[in-house]
Parts: sequence; C-alpha cells; structure tokens
Amino acid sequence: MSNFLPPSVQVWIPEIIQLFYLLATGVFIVGIKRLGSPATARSGNQLAALGMLIGVIVTLFDQQILSFEFIIAGIVIGSAIGAFAAKKVEMTAMPEMVAIFNGFGGGASALVAWGEFSRAAPAAFGIQDLVTIGLSILIGSITFTGSFIAFGKLKGFISGNPVTFPGQNIFNLLLTLCTFGLVGWFAVDPNAQIAFWLIFGIALLLGVLTVMPIGGADMPVVISLLNSYSGLAAAMAGFVINNNLLIISGALVGAAGLILTNIMCKAMNRTLTNVLFGAFGGSNSTTGSPAADTDRTVRETTPEDVALQCAYADKVIITPGYGLAVAQAQHVLKEVADKLEARGVEVKYGIHPVAGRMPGHMNVLLAEADVPYDQLYDMEQINPEFKSTDVVLIIGANDVVNPAAKTETGSPIYGMPILNVDEADRTIIFKRSLSPGFAGIDNELFYRESNQMFFGDAKDSLQKLSQALNDV
Amino acid sequence: MSALIFNLFIFVLASFVGFELISKVPPTLHTPLMSGANAISGITIIGALVVAGQTGSIYAQWIGLVAIIFATINVVGGFMVTDRMLEMFKKKDKKEDTDE
Repeated sequence: MSNFLPPSVQVWIPEIIQLFYLLATGVFIVGIKRLGSPATARSGNQLAALGMLIGVIVTLFDQQILSFEFIIAGIVIGSAIGAFAAKKVEMTAMPEMVAIFNGFGGGASALVAWGEFSRAAPAAFGIQDLVTIGLSILIGSITFTGSFIAFGKLKGFISGNPVTFPGQNIFNLLLTLCTFGLVGWFAVDPNAQIAFWLIFGIALLLGVLTVMPIGGADMPVVISLLNSYSGLAAAMAGFVINNNLLIISGALVGAAGLILTNIMCKAMNRTLTNVLFGAFGGSNSTTGSPAADTDRTVRETTPEDVALQCAYADKVIITPGYGLAVAQAQHVLKEVADKLEARGVEVKYGIHPVAGRMPGHMNVLLAEADVPYDQLYDMEQINPEFKSTDVVLIIGANDVVNPAAKTETGSPIYGMPILNVDEADRTIIFKRSLSPGFAGIDNELFYRESNQMFFGDAKDSLQKLSQALNDV
Repeated sequence: MSALIFNLFIFVLASFVGFELISKVPPTLHTPLMSGANAISGITIIGALVVAGQTGSIYAQWIGLVAIIFATINVVGGFMVTDRMLEMFKKKDKKEDTDE
C-alpha cells in the first residue's frame, strides 16, 4: 500500500509505522487499565479494539507487503467466523468460546513463526532468530491443541474426568525437555528439517497430553493459564519478527493470564503444580465415601415450604455454582429474586471465585439475567454476612460451601477458602442428587439440622419455587 | 546491544506493567478481562499480515493466510464477545427503587 504514497513520504514509512505502533501500545495499556473497573470496562475493551485496528491498518503500509489477495481473503474469512461465533454463543457456553478463541490466537503465533522461517533460506537466520522461531512454534502449538482439548472438555466431547496413564507426568516432563533439546538442535542446524517438524509435532502432542489429565472443575485455572500462554506466544512471535507492539501486547496478556491463574489457584488453596499434575477429581469420581451412609438422613423439602421460608425472611443470600450454568437457570433465578425483593426481602448473591468453569463465570451469567453487579458479592465481602442471614439458597454449588474445608484436616479440600453458608440459620441446597461434587468428597452440610435438600434440576426447581411464591 | 537483548528488556518491562495494571481487577470482571486480553493476544495478526503479503515465497503466503484467518477469528470474535458481555453489566437501575 506504501507505493500509493509520494516518494518523499515513503522514506519515512518505517519510522511512521513504528510511531503508530507506539500509539497502539499506549491505547492497549489504557484499554486494559479501563477493563479493571465495571464502569469503564466496556470503553476499555473498545479502546483495545481501536488499538488493534490502528496496528493492522499501519501494518498494511509495510513495504514488505506487496500482495493483498491473501490478506483480504484471510481477514474476510476470519472476521466472518469470529463475528458469527461471537454473536451466536450462549452466555453459558462462554468458557468454551474463550478457550477456542485462545487456541486460534496461539495457533496463529506458531504459524507466523513458521511462515517467517519459510520465507527465506534457513542459512539466512542467525542463532538468536532460530531460537525465537523454535520457541514461538513450541508455545503457540501447545496453546493451540491445549485450548482445543479444554474446549472439548468444557463442551463435553471429551470426558471431564482426568484422563491419565501410568508414568504420565514423567512422560510429559521428558517430552518437554526433549522439545527444548530440539529447539537447541534446530538453532544450531536450521537445515535439519526433522528437528523443525519434531518441535511442531511434539508441541502439538504436549498440548493434548498436558490438558487431558486435568479435571473439569479445574478448568478456571487451565483456561487462565492457556490465556497466558497465548500472550507469551504472541510475544515470542514479536521476537521473531522484531516487533515491539507484539512483544508488549503479548507480555501484557501473559501477565494478565498469570495473575488470574494465581487468583484461581489461591481460591482453591492449591498450587499450580498440583492442578497441572495432580489429576484431581472428576465429575464422576469414585473416590470418597458414598452418600448412602445409613445412619445419616437428609431433610427433603418442597417448593411451597421453601417459598414460605424465603418470603418471610429478612435476608436471603443466593450462592450459585456450575449447576446453575448447566441448567441455564439464571433467568428463573432472577425471577425468584425479584419476587422476594418485591416482598421486601433483602437479596444478595455470594460468589465464590472458582464457582463455575472459568474466572468470573457466575458474574457473567447473572449479568445476562440482568442482575445488577452491585448485588453480587465476593467471598470476602459476603462471608461476615451469613451469620445474620435467614436463608441461603445454594444452587448447583457443592465443594465451595463444604464445611469440611474448614474442619477436616484429612479432607482433600482442607484449607480451601469457602463460603460460610453453614453460619446461616437455614441452608437450602438445590441439587440433582446426593452425589458428591467434582472433588468426590461427601458434604457434611447435607446432613445438618439446619439444612434442607431441594432435589431436582435447578431450572425446574426454581420454576416451581417461583410459582409457589405467587401463592404465599 | 543485540536486538534480542533489547527485545528482552521490552518484554520484561511490559510484563511488569501488565502485573501492575491487572492485579486489582474485581472478580466480577475476571471473565471479560480474560476474553479481552485474549483478543489482544490476537495482535500476532500483524506478523501474519507481513507473512501473507510478501511475495518471496508462495508457500509462506499460504501459511500466512491460515495465520491471518486464525488471528482474525481471535481478534474479531474476542472483542465482540467481550463487548457483548460488558454490555450486560449494569448497575442497579431505577425500577428497583420500589424495594425496601
């Protein structure tokens, strides 16, 4: 595109492009900053999109770009697919969507490195270039397949249980070391085609092998981590093509992903190593004591009874979990909350940081149902309030309210911060059955005097409750 | 200073900026932050444009084409879906004033 400009301007194009990249960098930083507060978040995202647009447009003036057929075709196809997916996706399917977009980003970074390498004869590259090309392909490919496996697990195509085989961790570790060795070989001898393809192949395989053993409920950690990887992959691609805009943006995303990963790990009181290599839990885990303990009984309740208790309460707290998303019950839940508020009951939502399948999953679902965000409370904010609460409605959540995390030192979830629902006068658990949650741990709360069980699909149960509230 | 070292400086400093910028995001915004950041990682599209637009190697151009498609899905989809989410985040509005 630069040849449309007068020659006197053309001389300056590389500098001008860099200055615009600098501008785009600034816009990204301000955009991310604004994403940090609910009031400014939307404009922050739009700013970031503007930064991207600036970056793309000025790049088209790059003097290396001489043909536009592939560019136009690529942008048209990619935009159509991206826009279609973004418009169509259900809010409950957001974790899958984020995972798959992430995979495409990582894949693109690997392809950029590959394309850059295949532009010229291997001998034209210095060792430093080759190392960055190798690493970019490595990280990009792991992100690509890893994200697709995460997508499959979230979508249910692939079992949400940890899929393991004996010696898996050792095997993965050896493979990882092996790829680093290959990157070294490739850097010293770029003509070694086999090294190049092995890096590609093993990295793709590693993405699969490292995500397969991770249980469904650990997905918030994995998605955050893959997000961080996709940033790193972009930064690596920036090293390959010597582009500061890519390096900076990639580093920002990498940092964001790492922070979220860390927050999620803390919220589960687990280390990242434990999440990645522990193969912890699964949706149908067979460990843990079965719920059929004969000497303990649960109190089952009816919609009418729940309606009565809630309607005459002063304060009700709702603690949602993944079950709410599965049942797509967020709208009915809001309906119930509205009816209670209309009666003068104070309704709040207590959200555990790892409730759901990605960071902030519940917040997005409830926002979709028009629940104002100032009615949603974090764990630290809501925990002191349970003591003064009449009724807690626990909807599709289990481990995040299990008192064993506080009391039973032997329990696998011991030490995990939980919502202190057991301090409330009454808890009502909306659940399909007595089966233990993903961690496979029995929940002592079920059998407490103060607890009642409301069995059934969350959406059906809430609909019944909503109807019963009409008659109270 | 070699280009690699210079780039490393940029990378490390930018990472620190990232940590500072993001460390205090409220949980409500974790999902939009993640999907917005995810869209930004599609910045790799800039590399893809150069690979697909040069005319030295048709083989590289095809790779560039796929890279552009992937990156554009990431960018366009990511920003749009984030906007869709953020559009829903509202403060309490007037209709709830009737509550106690």
